[in-house]
Amino acid sequence: MTTAAKKTYRRETPAESLPPPRDRSGALGWLRQNLLASPLDMALTVLCLALIGWAVPPLVRFFVLDAAWSGADRAACLASPQHPEPGACWAFVRAWFGFFVYGFYPLVARWRVDLFFATLAFGIAWLAWLSAPRRDLGAVYFFIVLPVLAFALLSGAPRLGLITIPTELWGGILVTVVVATVGIVVSLPLGILLALARRSDLPAVRGLAVAFIEFVRGVPLITVLFMASVMLPLFVPERLSPDKLLRALIGVSLFASAYMAEVVRGGLAAIPRGQYEAARALGLPYWRMMALVVLPQALRITLPNIVNTFIGLFKDTTLVFAVGIFDFLRTVEAARADPHWVTPVTSVTGYAFAALFYFLCCYGMSRYARSVELRLARHRR
Amino acid sequence: MPSRHARRFVGIALQAALVVIVGGVAYAAFRNAAQNLADAHIVSGFAFWNNTAGFDISQALIDYSPSTSTFGRAFWVGLLNTLLAAGISLVLATVIGFAAGIAQLSRNWLVAHLAAGYVGLVRNVPLLLQLLFWYNSVLVSLPQLHGSMALPGGGILNNRGLFLPRPQVAPGFGYVVTAFVVCIAAVALIRIVIRRRQDRTGEPGHLLWFAAALIIAVPAVVFFAAGSPLSFSVPRMGRFNVEGGVEILPELAALVLALSIYTGAFIAEVVRAGVLAVSRGQTEAAQSLGLRSGTTLRLIVIPQAMRVIIPPLTSQYLNLIKNSSLAVAIGYPDLVQVFAGSVLNLTGQAVEVIAITMAVYLAVSLATSLVMNLYGYAIAVEER
Repeated sequence: MTTAAKKTYRRETPAESLPPPRDRSGALGWLRQNLLASPLDMALTVLCLALIGWAVPPLVRFFVLDAAWSGADRAACLASPQHPEPGACWAFVRAWFGFFVYGFYPLVARWRVDLFFATLAFGIAWLAWLSAPRRDLGAVYFFIVLPVLAFALLSGAPRLGLITIPTELWGGILVTVVVATVGIVVSLPLGILLALARRSDLPAVRGLAVAFIEFVRGVPLITVLFMASVMLPLFVPERLSPDKLLRALIGVSLFASAYMAEVVRGGLAAIPRGQYEAARALGLPYWRMMALVVLPQALRITLPNIVNTFIGLFKDTTLVFAVGIFDFLRTVEAARADPHWVTPVTSVTGYAFAALFYFLCCYGMSRYARSVELRLARHRR
Repeated sequence: MPSRHARRFVGIALQAALVVIVGGVAYAAFRNAAQNLADAHIVSGFAFWNNTAGFDISQALIDYSPSTSTFGRAFWVGLLNTLLAAGISLVLATVIGFAAGIAQLSRNWLVAHLAAGYVGLVRNVPLLLQLLFWYNSVLVSLPQLHGSMALPGGGILNNRGLFLPRPQVAPGFGYVVTAFVVCIAAVALIRIVIRRRQDRTGEPGHLLWFAAALIIAVPAVVFFAAGSPLSFSVPRMGRFNVEGGVEILPELAALVLALSIYTGAFIAEVVRAGVLAVSRGQTEAAQSLGLRSGTTLRLIVIPQAMRVIIPPLTSQYLNLIKNSSLAVAIGYPDLVQVFAGSVLNLTGQAVEVIAITMAVYLAVSLATSLVMNLYGYAIAVEER
């Protein structure tokens, strides 16, 4: 017994806590683990640093340090003794900014466009903020009130004293926003209908929906736009021939509907069968079952995908150039050819400005989609 | 609650009404189209197919001359140009996408964030803007004809395009190709034998260096034995243009650059998601079996990830093919520019031309998804 007791060992005092290993903590540890873990990693790190060192300073110099921020014409952006290496010509963007936003929209009526942007922003905020009060009213506002209001504001309502402004004068960011908004306002309801039709028990309804969706998804947007702009006028009596912008809007809306239908269908498929059966067991007819039980759940879980589809739609609005609409990118294309501003750096500046605009919009939307996704994941747990 | 019979009747009536409405709209559209075409003195039908085209196309992979070729010929030229641009971009986008997708998952912080930056930037800017940027800003700033850059290997680069040596094949070249094919077949055979032995005895075989040596050396020997039956027509600077060689139009270069960089970013996301979908336990199990990280990636992770990757990758390929129609914005003579543009304007046959164009894209899309689905079946899990 005594020998056994001698062999056991019992610690009387707590062990002194050691500092963490040097290569596992602190800035040095971080460096070692994330940048210098192996010879290959070191080589890659050096390569990446070289790439950054090669690309970033010239970009900063071009877009910020050497850039011409103000000026009356191209002289400000040309190489001069003070400026041997001319940078980006932001003065050009400033000079043409009004054109980029409003196109040829008459100066005196531009407040109507501003008001439209404000009402649109209000509607988007109402719908996008998930805990906003009365989001059902928000949907009514966005999908019914806003289109009427926007049409009266932008196109004009002579009875209210707003002169009619033909769509040929619309342009720039205004047209980009109009095309994207009409696309979402039409494609979401139409896409829901198509998705329901595709999951219907009625073979004729299902067949027509499948044919439409698969056909539209199989062809490029440009050909759909061509079809809308060339064939649509043939299909209606001559006096009803829609104007150019309307034709493009029809093409974009139909195109977006097919994609939206597939997104919504994915959401419908994710709702457990029990939900349908429970609603049926309560005696709800088809439409009330869909409106009260299935769609609210399906749309909630597809919201991130709807936003992602909308990002695609927003980028695709640039394609309306093919049917002669002056969207934002087209106004940049037109402005960069202006002889008052033609310099070797004008095009790059114009494209950089356009890229910044699209990037901020799309990146913002994708962050929003991501945050909704995380929120949903939290709810589900 | 309506009875079952009543519900069925409503369903049938609803469908009948829908069919009547759709049919009625289609009929009205058809009537109006016939009327409007008659008013414009356009005879519908495909008779224009054999008429002389009379316009030039800047790039033709098959013989085409404006004075003798037909609209039908122009259609094929456009279609081949679309397939050429889409095919090259498809390969490049896949390479870029897989590289960037894997790089995003690198444990090297700098590599992962650079790749993520590329993906984030490129995905959020419209393709058309990128295309115009490459075409109007980058390629235009290339030197003029007289300041052409000479590339190593005999290529010439200026703002009229990239000129590369054109390979010219002499009769004996067939032997070299034969030797090449035979060597590849031999390597495939040896690989099977080694596999069998590894399955039986567990002894791994190393084939890579031997295979590389075989595939390069034997055709090289045959090549010299046959008296070097391959020469290059090197492009030379002429007075007003570059003569000889293969010309790659700046439009094609811009289209391929924009398409492959744009689609590459989307493929990178697909690849990243696919690799992340393979559960971490698989990697850990492979490591505890003693596999190295490269082998783990190649034998354990990638084969499982591919099954997740294939369906979204297919839809990215389809997007790329459809997006190649943006060529019309920079004047690359693809199907849309040649056929839905020039031919439509010259003939006025809007309905026929648009219908054919759409049918072609549908057919190409279907063919692509068929191939990808077959590949998907080939690598599917064999469940026991």
